[in-house]
Amino acid sequence: MSERELRLVNVGKTFGRHRALADVSLAFVPGRVAAVLGPNGAGKSTLLGLLSTLSQPSQGRIILGDEDLSRHSRLRASIGYVGHEPGVYGDLSARQNLRLFASLYGIANGERRIDEMLARVGLDGVRREGAARTFSRGMLQRLSLARALLHEPEILLFDEPGSALDPAGAAWLAGELQREREAGRLVVLVTHDLVAAAAIATHVVVLRRGRVACDETRTSFSADEVRALYEEATRGKA
Amino acid sequence: MARPSWAGQAGRIAWKDLHIEGRSREVLYTMGFMAALVVLVFSFAFISGQEVTVGPDVVAGILWVAVLFSGTVALSRTFDRERESEAIRSLLLSPVPRSAIYAGKLAATAAIMFLVELLLTPLLAALFSAVLWPHALWLGLLLLLGTIGFASVGVIFSAALLRARSRDALLGALLFPIVIPVLLAASRATAYLLDPAAPDLDPALFWTRFLAALDVVFVVVGLWTFEPVVMGD
Amino acid sequence: MLSRMPSAHKSSTPFLVGLLLTMHGFFVVIFLVANAPLEKTMGIVQKIFYFHVPCAWLLMLSTFVCAGGSLAYLFRGSERGDRLAVCSAELGVLFGLCVMVTGPLWARAAWGVFWTWDVRLTSSLLLWLILIAYGLARRYGGAGGRRLAAAMALFAAADVPLVYLSVNVWRGLHPTTKVVSSLASGMRLPFFLSLAIFSALWGVLLTVRMRVERAQARLVELAIAVEDAEGKSS
Repeated sequence: MSERELRLVNVGKTFGRHRALADVSLAFVPGRVAAVLGPNGAGKSTLLGLLSTLSQPSQGRIILGDEDLSRHSRLRASIGYVGHEPGVYGDLSARQNLRLFASLYGIANGERRIDEMLARVGLDGVRREGAARTFSRGMLQRLSLARALLHEPEILLFDEPGSALDPAGAAWLAGELQREREAGRLVVLVTHDLVAAAAIATHVVVLRRGRVACDETRTSFSADEVRALYEEATRGKA
Repeated sequence: MARPSWAGQAGRIAWKDLHIEGRSREVLYTMGFMAALVVLVFSFAFISGQEVTVGPDVVAGILWVAVLFSGTVALSRTFDRERESEAIRSLLLSPVPRSAIYAGKLAATAAIMFLVELLLTPLLAALFSAVLWPHALWLGLLLLLGTIGFASVGVIFSAALLRARSRDALLGALLFPIVIPVLLAASRATAYLLDPAAPDLDPALFWTRFLAALDVVFVVVGLWTFEPVVMGD
Repeated sequence: MLSRMPSAHKSSTPFLVGLLLTMHGFFVVIFLVANAPLEKTMGIVQKIFYFHVPCAWLLMLSTFVCAGGSLAYLFRGSERGDRLAVCSAELGVLFGLCVMVTGPLWARAAWGVFWTWDVRLTSSLLLWLILIAYGLARRYGGAGGRRLAAAMALFAAADVPLVYLSVNVWRGLHPTTKVVSSLASGMRLPFFLSLAIFSALWGVLLTVRMRVERAQARLVELAIAVEDAEGKSS
């Protein structure tokens, strides 16, 4: 796994007359899970949109290693994204979805990789032809993770992945995150769930009104520590 | 395995759309029904009594108006599939060139529309006793060219409207002014081909060439603008 | 940020000179048009020509300027290009309206009908419709509306020659195709002067409208700067 850091340098993002992010400078490091926290409207999803290259910063630069993320579309291949929407085709089966993306990413030994991924996310037992539309929310999220990991990305981005999962599903997802971190991937997780964040994060970022209000790295966080950081960073919120 | 070629990726995306359509046939049926309805609405409005003698101009016009309206239905349905569960995001996140995504969507949409037209045209001919067979292949070519012209603009607009609330109402309103030259050329050429009394087919040839030129211009502008248009703000 | 403040008061002298010249020009043109020889068959109605043709020309010019601005916006992210595009599209709709009003008046007098599917009238109508659609896309097109509108402007510019050619062949060549070159010599000066003055008016309106847009953009910039400063201090 690569050692490239993902750095934001004075990044700002403006939508019309709304300032979503202002002067954000952060560094995300491989082998760490960074939890990005913050109240609604603090700019968490905007940040993830920029990291996923789907939108461009209004100011500043985003750099992966020594390459500008916005300039090289092939860098998209080093990013895996799991959103709150699954991002798969409801009319295709799990395997067909993965087959489509495997071919778009040009993955060698596609079928074997797909078998591995399906087994890993626990979807190998489902009926072969079942369309993804018939899946439960949890199964969709598993498929979504399989799609994001298919091409072994350096960077994994999660946008509130646990929001629609039951406790067992959320625990499973946390385990998967842990495993990816240990594999040396760079993981950025946007979430509202402070307890879940505390369980896996080694880097806590709190955004408040588009700015970095807290940027802490430790070997581990307890739930109380995360809550204390969060409350201190968001105190005095108008 | 190296990353597939541009054409291979475009083909993969088109195949995905056609595969989905083959399973559900939703677009085929809704678009086909819509097209047949447009034809019938025109028939009821224009034809009285037992009279079925309508000029080839009118038949050609009805055919292309039906293609335009039903094509809009096809466009919005195929793009609904991309919007549902944000599948388009996964597509845009993949390292596939955006122009290949455009080409794939264009090929799939045009293919579905073309299939409906192949069923629609004989229906029209039967209703208005138009004679298709002398120039059947030429007519087929015209349908294909007109469809590509329409879809090449339609795919861009549908993709850009994915996040607009009133996308279905807007699509036709924005699309039709741009594609009127397509309608004009296609319906003129069709009218000459359907006219048994036409002295010669030079005008049909002119319009077919014109339509082909229009397609080239629209597809080039489309390939070129798709990437900046789908870039999120 | 503050160092850029003076740019809001950019020198207005050339603009004022242009404005005054344009205003005076209109008096001269009205005088010249009033004194131009009457056309033999149409009489006084023909004078609408001095108004109608410049408007049609400006509709066309607006479309191309809009496409140029859109190009800069789409491919280089130029906000200035986007402002230029939206301002010229608005002017295109305005001058297009003049074409659509004066065209039928002319047609009524010349051919006894209010509308003919004449080549240039039809082409102008299509351009006008595209520019109106451009405005609709911007206003109601949601998040991607601005980009969609810009793409429409590019398609419109690509459309222009083809629309013209297609309508020309569709309707057959219209007898009035060579109106301008066959102008009586007494009509030429008023016509070309009128063309120049209308173009100057277009330029003046575009400048004013661009200034409004720029001022709005600056206002937003300043509001954001204030917000940023507050965000930093809190």
